[in-house]
Amino acid sequence: MKLVTAVIKPFKLDDVKNALEAYGINGLTVSEASGYGRQRGHTEVYRGAEYTVDLVPKVRVEVLVDDDDAESVVDVIIKSAQTGRIGDGKVWMIPVDSVARVRTGERGHDAL
Amino acid sequence: MNLQLVGVATVSPGDTAWVLMSAALVLLMTPALALFYGGMVRAKNVLNMIMMSFLCMGLITVIWVIYGYSLTFGTDVGGGVLGGLNYLGLEGTLDAVVGPEGSQIPMLAFSVFQLTFAIITASLLSGAVADRVKFGGWVFFIGLWATFVYFPIAHWAFFFDGGNGGWIADRLHALDFAGGTAVEINSGASALALALVVGKRMGWRRDPMRPHSLPLVLLGAGLLWFGWFGFNAGSALASGQLTATVFMNTQVATATAALSWILVEKIRDGKPTTLGVASGAVAGAVAITPACGFVTPMGALVVGAAGGAICSLAVGLKYRFGYDDSLDVVGVHGVGGLVGMISIGFLATVSVNSAGADGLFYGGGAGLLGRQLIASGATLAYALIVTAILAFIVEKTVGLRTSPEHEYAGLDISEHAESAYDFTGSSAGAFAGVGHGGFGHAGGPGSGTLATPPPTEGNS
Repeated sequence: MKLVTAVIKPFKLDDVKNALEAYGINGLTVSEASGYGRQRGHTEVYRGAEYTVDLVPKVRVEVLVDDDDAESVVDVIIKSAQTGRIGDGKVWMIPVDSVARVRTGERGHDAL
Repeated sequence: MNLQLVGVATVSPGDTAWVLMSAALVLLMTPALALFYGGMVRAKNVLNMIMMSFLCMGLITVIWVIYGYSLTFGTDVGGGVLGGLNYLGLEGTLDAVVGPEGSQIPMLAFSVFQLTFAIITASLLSGAVADRVKFGGWVFFIGLWATFVYFPIAHWAFFFDGGNGGWIADRLHALDFAGGTAVEINSGASALALALVVGKRMGWRRDPMRPHSLPLVLLGAGLLWFGWFGFNAGSALASGQLTATVFMNTQVATATAALSWILVEKIRDGKPTTLGVASGAVAGAVAITPACGFVTPMGALVVGAAGGAICSLAVGLKYRFGYDDSLDVVGVHGVGGLVGMISIGFLATVSVNSAGADGLFYGGGAGLLGRQLIASGATLAYALIVTAILAFIVEKTVGLRTSPEHEYAGLDISEHAESAYDFTGSSAGAFAGVGHGGFGHAGGPGSGTLATPPPTEGNS
């Protein structure tokens, strides 16, 4: 199994959620995040004083998937989160040793 | 503000009603200022910011009743410098009236109106030292400051007594209708002294210190605008022709300055901002404060345009000279007050107010301008020096500057054991509009557990 993590633009969350649902993903975890990449931050001006705001609001989406689905899920996320402009975010995956469903105690594939 | 003390108690109902109403309007300006300032600081300090103003509403009132009114409006002692002690505890004011024959008002109406001026002027200073002052130190400082700075200067500028009143108003005959000296230049100069003694905030010019709630700032500015009609038009101490002129002038200058400030922003920074429009309105109201009873509405337009534009540039001075006047009390009130006082020297006309004088543009010569400069300069110098001394004394005794640890955690928690905003109880809801800027404040409430469990039912 793999954990696919994506950091995306907040306004693309709905698109990503819908696309994952359409692909057949049954659950995901979303959290607010902030950070920067090549995009860096933006500037704001208050009474003439310029502030550089380094950290930009982002949303982090985490999905647990079977090994076979992992690459496709990454593709689905890329497709649905892409605007083509700088600051679209990143997607990565890491191997997961074990997953358990808390309610039933099921393990592995059955717990997804 | 022509004030003559007469013993016969026949008051004008119309004038009295307007002055009492105005006192309520001006009192509202202090919570308004608290919101205006509170929105401009970081979320971890908003309660402390508001608290500094509310403390003034409490403390200044108590001092005013006991000796403040007397020091300000008691029979002059010392050639226009300070009032005497004849009204200690408001003794002898219950049956007294003030004002010229035919439009007399109860002395207590005048006194409560003037009290609200003392409150807001003291509150103004809090903006210079946002985010870094111990509350206990603030209490001591404000008590001393009102006593040694505000009451004397208000006596100079507001006390008329047939040539035996305050030296600015009644002897020099500089023109200051509603407090360009005693309120605006005084607060600006005192703010500068206070900011210099207290020092810069940790991380000033390095960390972003953005306003945490611009809607609060705008609400505060709107309420200040509203209250300013009482501040200026109430200063006529009567309800008549001049009062209406002052009212109109206040509106004209405030509105024009709101526009001129954002025009400067549009040209200089590319975007007009809400903080700019709020600041411009306040700067315009400040600038017209001394002039509102002496200039025409077209004159008020000029004063407003100049006030908004000049103050929008003046707020940048702190970066050039390196003093952390956090919320621009110097740039808005000090500079705006100077603009207003000086503008009178050019734009005043007796056609507006026969008790006034003609300025340079109305053939009055340079004499008035000179008197305006003397009044402004003396106020500025006295406020700057005495406030610096008082702040230094408080810093060395009670302590004014808070510890770095408390400053970092935020004054709401460290000084008041409260948090302004608790979002831990609300459900996260949808993620629509995720918009935090990434500067979460330290020392927030978290989702802590109760230190003391609530009492069980029936166990009272």
